[in-house]
Amino acid sequence: MTGLADPTVAILLTGMLVGVSASLLGSFLVLRGNSMLADAISHSILFGIALAWLLTGQTSGPVQIAGAALSGVLAVYLIETLTRTRRLRDDAAIGLVFPALFSAGVILINVFARDVHLDEHTVLLGEIGFVWLDTVTLGGIEVPRAMLAMAVMLVLDAAFVLAFYKALKLATFDPDLARALGLAPGLIFYVHLSLLSGTAVAAFDAVGVVLFITFVVVPPATAYLLTRRLSSMIVLAMILAAASAPLGYAVAFWLDVSIGGAMALATGPFLLLAYGWRRWRAWQQARAAGGLQSPSASA
Amino acid sequence: MDHELGQPHEPDLALHVEDLTVSYGDRPALWDIDLNIPPGVLAGVIGPNGAGKSTLLKAILGLVPLSAGHVRLFGHTYAEQRRRVGYVPQRSSVDWDFPTTAVDVVTMGLYGRMGWFRWPGRRERDRALRALEEVGMDALADRQISELSGGQQQRVFIARALVQQPDLLLLDEPMAGVDATTERSIIDILGRLRREGRTIIVVHHDLQTVQRYFDWLIFLNVRVIAAGPIDSVYTARNLRRTYGGQVALLDEGRQRNGGPEDAGPAG
Repeated sequence: MTGLADPTVAILLTGMLVGVSASLLGSFLVLRGNSMLADAISHSILFGIALAWLLTGQTSGPVQIAGAALSGVLAVYLIETLTRTRRLRDDAAIGLVFPALFSAGVILINVFARDVHLDEHTVLLGEIGFVWLDTVTLGGIEVPRAMLAMAVMLVLDAAFVLAFYKALKLATFDPDLARALGLAPGLIFYVHLSLLSGTAVAAFDAVGVVLFITFVVVPPATAYLLTRRLSSMIVLAMILAAASAPLGYAVAFWLDVSIGGAMALATGPFLLLAYGWRRWRAWQQARAAGGLQSPSASA
Repeated sequence: MDHELGQPHEPDLALHVEDLTVSYGDRPALWDIDLNIPPGVLAGVIGPNGAGKSTLLKAILGLVPLSAGHVRLFGHTYAEQRRRVGYVPQRSSVDWDFPTTAVDVVTMGLYGRMGWFRWPGRRERDRALRALEEVGMDALADRQISELSGGQQQRVFIARALVQQPDLLLLDEPMAGVDATTERSIIDILGRLRREGRTIIVVHHDLQTVQRYFDWLIFLNVRVIAAGPIDSVYTARNLRRTYGGQVALLDEGRQRNGGPEDAGPAG
């Protein structure tokens, strides 16, 4: 096989697309301080996937993605509603909502979909090694279905971030001012999380929901340690995520382990390096300052 | 509501609040507030912790749902007057480790009038730099915001409101946690704005400086205890009714300040 359906090309490109789109949306989530929402969303979409299958009989495609995106938004809505009652903190609300939706999804699959290509293990971990087997023909070119879905989601995600960059940024930094200026931070938040849900669904065939969370959180957290501008943080996060895919693929090949798992794990060394660099810089600055300042000014 | 939309209601007042009630859960944060503030005053809002001072500002800006009542700014709703109002929230309300610079934060004040899709350019940067100059922060324009001191961060926040050239400016505890020099420069800026005819409402926590800083005062403790020109409302009676048992604070304020003459130890 040649071109996009070549196994290596398909696996690498799909992994990179997952990483780039997840870290693009994840940057704003990490800065808002609610990375765990990615966890909640990516588990809750199983409920939407199961429900969309029961209603339409489809296991992939736009209907699936929309249905799952809606259940991700439902999870966020339930979490926000529970938090607003002020009887629960938001972390407790997250812990209540997503296991409930995830187990509802598992039960639906177990009761109604035993024979269908939908199982919890694949949903959790995915199987990026097989993405090249399931292809569609687009304008005469054979394209893996998962890669196509990821490419479409990346275009949508990038269009959203570029078009609403100011509103997203202000809604993340200072939601009160965003609302006072009429920039509808609540609406922006829900569109952002709907896209994150949709991206998670498109990604689950390839890397599964648990590994998806890694790409949402780790590359942005790494970039955050290395840059001082939002725009460069986002770009750097996407580059790091893209670099993790070939690195993880090489490791998986070498050690003969899960490719998706290795790709997610490959984001880790970057984070450790970035953290080490920050500590080293802080130590250097403290040493330089210690030489110049009197002890009383060291605060 | 008996007032039609678009129809001015009390247009001669910078701020008109009527029958306003705001609740968090089952506890009222503001109860039946009536408030009228004329244009061109520098007004202080004082009251104990939990008196609803920040909530009052947020209610004016439509940031919290109103259980009852209405707010008008120069005769119109906040949504109609958005561009004429500047807001300086409490400094602690945002994450100062956010990856951005001082001039970028000030530019955010222009996001509302720039429309949804336009990206800030040279013109916006120039306006932001001018606003930073007004607060004496232009030299630190490209500094990462986490590297600024508390007072400098506060001045960046004020510049972000000034860049909107607001007719009504709302500030939530702008003097909290800043050094004496910053406090003086903030009050100089506010005084200059007032002389330009703008209306300024400041949530304030330090009774010792109230008389020096403001020409209008609102005593708030869930309800409005008193409001008006400072000379007529700054009395020991109003202080006691607002702060209840916290009289030690008042006595201290009076001694250092030579405060209201009829202040006495409360029983």
